[in-house]
Amino acid sequence: MKMAASSERSPPPFPELEDQELEPELEDEDSDEGADIFTGSTLSSMDPPLPVSTSEPDKDIFSGPRAEPLNNPLSETAAEQLKAVSGASSKAKGDVPVEEAGSEEPDDLFSDPLGESGAELETHTSNAPLLDFSEEPPKSDPIKKAASADDYIKKPQKDIFEESTEDGVKAAAAHVGSVAAEKKVLHTDLFGDGVDDDEDKDDLFKTPPGAMMKKPQASLFRAEPDDIFPEAKTEAKPATKASAKQPNNAPTDLFTEEPFTVMPAARAAVKPAAIPSANTSSKTNGLHSDEEDLFAEATVELSLDSPRNDRRKRDAMKPSEPVPCPSTSTSSSKPQPKKLEELEEEEKEDKFDLNISVTNPEKVGDGMNAYMAYRVSTQTTLSMFRSKQLTVRRRFSDFLGLYEKLSEKHSPNGYIVPPAPEKSILGMTKVKVGKEDLSSDEFVERRRAALERYLQRVVSHPSLLQDPDVREFLEKEELPRAVSTQALSGAGFLKMINKATDAVSKMTIKMNESDVWFEEKLQEVESEDQQLRKLHGMVESLVNHRKELSVNTAVFAKSVAMLGSSEDNTALSRALSQLAEVEDRIEQLHQDQAANDFFIFAELLADYIRLLGAVRACFDQRMKAWQRWQDGQNMLQKKREAEAKLLWANKPEKLQQAKDEIGEWEGRVSQYERDFDRVSATVRKEVMRFEKEKTRDFKKQIIKYLQSLLHSEQQLIKYWEAFLPEAKAIA
Amino acid sequence: MDASNKESALNVNASSIKISDVSQDGDMLTFAITSQNLSGSGGVCVFRTYEDFIWLQQSLFSQEDVPELQGVIFPPLPDKPLPSHSHTQAKVLKQLGFLSLGDKWQIYCKALELYLQQVAAHTLLSKNKELYNFLSSSESPGKQRSKKGIFNRLSQVMEEMRKEGHKDVDEFFQSERDKTTNLSVLFKVATEKFLEVVLTKQKLALACGHFSTSLHLCVNQENADAVAFSKICLKLSDIIETMKRNFEKVSDNDMSTLGLGLELESRYQEAKREMLFRRTCRLVELDNANKNVDRAKPNKKAHMEEVQKATQKEFNLISSVAKQEIVHYHRTRVQVLRDFLIDWCEKQLSTAQESSTLFSQYLEACKGLAV
Repeated sequence: MKMAASSERSPPPFPELEDQELEPELEDEDSDEGADIFTGSTLSSMDPPLPVSTSEPDKDIFSGPRAEPLNNPLSETAAEQLKAVSGASSKAKGDVPVEEAGSEEPDDLFSDPLGESGAELETHTSNAPLLDFSEEPPKSDPIKKAASADDYIKKPQKDIFEESTEDGVKAAAAHVGSVAAEKKVLHTDLFGDGVDDDEDKDDLFKTPPGAMMKKPQASLFRAEPDDIFPEAKTEAKPATKASAKQPNNAPTDLFTEEPFTVMPAARAAVKPAAIPSANTSSKTNGLHSDEEDLFAEATVELSLDSPRNDRRKRDAMKPSEPVPCPSTSTSSSKPQPKKLEELEEEEKEDKFDLNISVTNPEKVGDGMNAYMAYRVSTQTTLSMFRSKQLTVRRRFSDFLGLYEKLSEKHSPNGYIVPPAPEKSILGMTKVKVGKEDLSSDEFVERRRAALERYLQRVVSHPSLLQDPDVREFLEKEELPRAVSTQALSGAGFLKMINKATDAVSKMTIKMNESDVWFEEKLQEVESEDQQLRKLHGMVESLVNHRKELSVNTAVFAKSVAMLGSSEDNTALSRALSQLAEVEDRIEQLHQDQAANDFFIFAELLADYIRLLGAVRACFDQRMKAWQRWQDGQNMLQKKREAEAKLLWANKPEKLQQAKDEIGEWEGRVSQYERDFDRVSATVRKEVMRFEKEKTRDFKKQIIKYLQSLLHSEQQLIKYWEAFLPEAKAIA
Repeated sequence: MDASNKESALNVNASSIKISDVSQDGDMLTFAITSQNLSGSGGVCVFRTYEDFIWLQQSLFSQEDVPELQGVIFPPLPDKPLPSHSHTQAKVLKQLGFLSLGDKWQIYCKALELYLQQVAAHTLLSKNKELYNFLSSSESPGKQRSKKGIFNRLSQVMEEMRKEGHKDVDEFFQSERDKTTNLSVLFKVATEKFLEVVLTKQKLALACGHFSTSLHLCVNQENADAVAFSKICLKLSDIIETMKRNFEKVSDNDMSTLGLGLELESRYQEAKREMLFRRTCRLVELDNANKNVDRAKPNKKAHMEEVQKATQKEFNLISSVAKQEIVHYHRTRVQVLRDFLIDWCEKQLSTAQESSTLFSQYLEACKGLAV
């Protein structure tokens, strides 16, 4: 109800503002403009009472959303960051900057971050800038603070700072820096624990540049709003607390009515709420989920809509976002590509640093217990390996085992885990039986190449490379025997993929509202799958024809040879015999080319068809995460309804238990939500990486193929040039 | 086959005979035949159907006033073209081989052209009046006598069974007969095998075409993310298209040179075999005549000796003509095969060079592709 109200109300004014006023200004924005905004925002606080009047809406919005994120991050980042830096003293320090900031201003409002953010949220959603001026002055302080906060928040903020200052947008840079920092910190506090934080931050950094190329704005919006939104929710929480005491309508009021009226309530609630929130992040989480309360009531009935609301909210928030966005995207257009190149270089280096080859397939044992062992040689300069040259022997099931381990660990997080080659009972049986025929040689070579490509794909993935199991696989002399790889054999694997596809398609129906990007991507992936399958069929027929040609050429060569030997005319006979030899060589060329067609294209396409299966599986994982989140929300709502009933029935003895349960579920739901966000981010990143990798892979293969074609033609030229004098010599 | 036909009655330059065009009307192919007379002044263009060619061949066979005709290796007329849609591709292919390939009966026309040139260049055959009419009269030649031809064939087959094994009196002819039987089979096989090679190349060209087209379907310009990949796909599509053209060219080269050459050679071997068979028939006749003379009663002996002498004379004439023809044929066939081989080799060489230039250009372009 509230959500609906807010989302319906807020968007209309914003898009216009965003498009007509904010955007252009921001794009033109230079360093001095940025400065203007600074003063502007402080000024606007001086001529306060009319912000609602349309005469100066831009200013309001500027001062509102833009300044807010600024001060918000300050207090929050400072608080969070300090927390991270100096664990126990966090609370005190967290309070300090904020209080300094707010010292000249209404203390109660700014005494703690939550209060601020609560107010801020309301300004966002209700589009009532009135609140701002009260907040603004402190804001300018906090901005300065931001600079000082930099010292604490060294890493993340500095990065952004450097990036943006490079662009010469100095003053604006401060905005951007702090806003982005806020995002990052929010991110951090979303994801909680230390190590993850670093990674996630990195992720944030990496994703935008990639997306930036094509849809700079959209991607920024998406990457960031995700983070902001939860924050916004956090902020809403105090209000919820208040609402817990007050009638249910209160929250609605919060968002629809002028914030002023709400403020007291919020303030009242904020004070107690703020302190615990500063204490520990886990507690904050609890509070986070408290907010869910608000949303849950509004959205659980329209649980499908909630993602959409998210989006709307994001849209609604856009006005505040353009501030960082255009400045980073337009002004940083130079550094961004640079970054991208760096990234690519990095990846290339990776490949250069790590060379894996699978060689020497060898049959071990006899009869049906026989298996193929391969030599896995690693050449690397990466310090994570214990030496520069590693050689181990692995059997096929070890490769499958590696895949299973990786897939178990990484695919629930949304990573695209390259699939290992399939088991082939038929092919292996032939090898086992020991038939030394062509087809079993072909099979072994094909598998060897597939295993090599598999390992190369695994290690070229930055996250998988870090996995201890990968290192162990490459380094350790003896591996424990992989078990239960049976499930992955050929048909089983396919079945698994098909199952995943079914599940995905089922879920897409339910989820099609959530995010256009994912929906479109999934469709793309599916149509690409079809196309690749078709191409694969064509390459296969090409390979078959080529083989046929090679066979026919051989037959023709033989028949020419017979002609030559029966021919009376010596010169003609000689020429025919020569021709037979030429045709024999050409036959070899065709055979080689058939192998090239196969290994360069057919196998590449087959690999990618399987990889697309893995891509779909990672979309599936995202769906699952979403489903879990939705289920959690439903459960939470049920718990709340139960609580409401208990309240109604006035049974205080059971109330505590109900509250505990709600608390527990709130925690879970927010955990699920963060999981979902994280998986989504990973999936997006992974898909981008996959596509880049795919393009590079295809390019590499095409070059290889061209080289083989060129070589064939050059050989042909040689053959014909040698034969021409023979033909001319026929008298 | 030589152009040394000064004393021939034919005032037509053999090498100037060309089939310049072919038109198809339902099942009927009409060939436009142009030729120039020896002085090189007047050019003539006539329109002939395949039935007209059969008629010409029959007239050549049945010049009754020329006894040595039996010793002539008649230039082989290609089999009847089957342009109708009622015939399946496979059947046409089986019957005509290389001649059914190529655009617009191009190879077939070439074969007919070669046939006319060979007839016109032949010392004995070029004297035939009908040939001149065929090449220059705007009216269609007289009624065909193809029916007889078919009977000839049938009876030939029957006789062949009996007479093929007849021991020759002349060692030269005996060895020629043996070799020809052997070679004609070998050439036939080689032609068939080469035809398969060419057909496979055509299939490959087709497969490349499909592949290249499908790659175009992978192009996704709407999505900015996919642009780089689309570029790669387009590049690959171009490469495959080049491969396709390469296959087409190579198979065209194959059929228009070596393919046609092998086909012609195997038909000629057949013609030679037929000539040798005709001579063998005469030999059988002669042997019979000799036996008759031996067994003849005195009152009939004189007549029999007359017959035997006439037969002997005829046989000797045929044998000497046949010897010349064989020698001549051996010389020219080597020449012809040589020309085809050289032509083939040169064409393949230039095609390979073209393709390799293209591929190396693509290679550079691909390496430069920013991905």
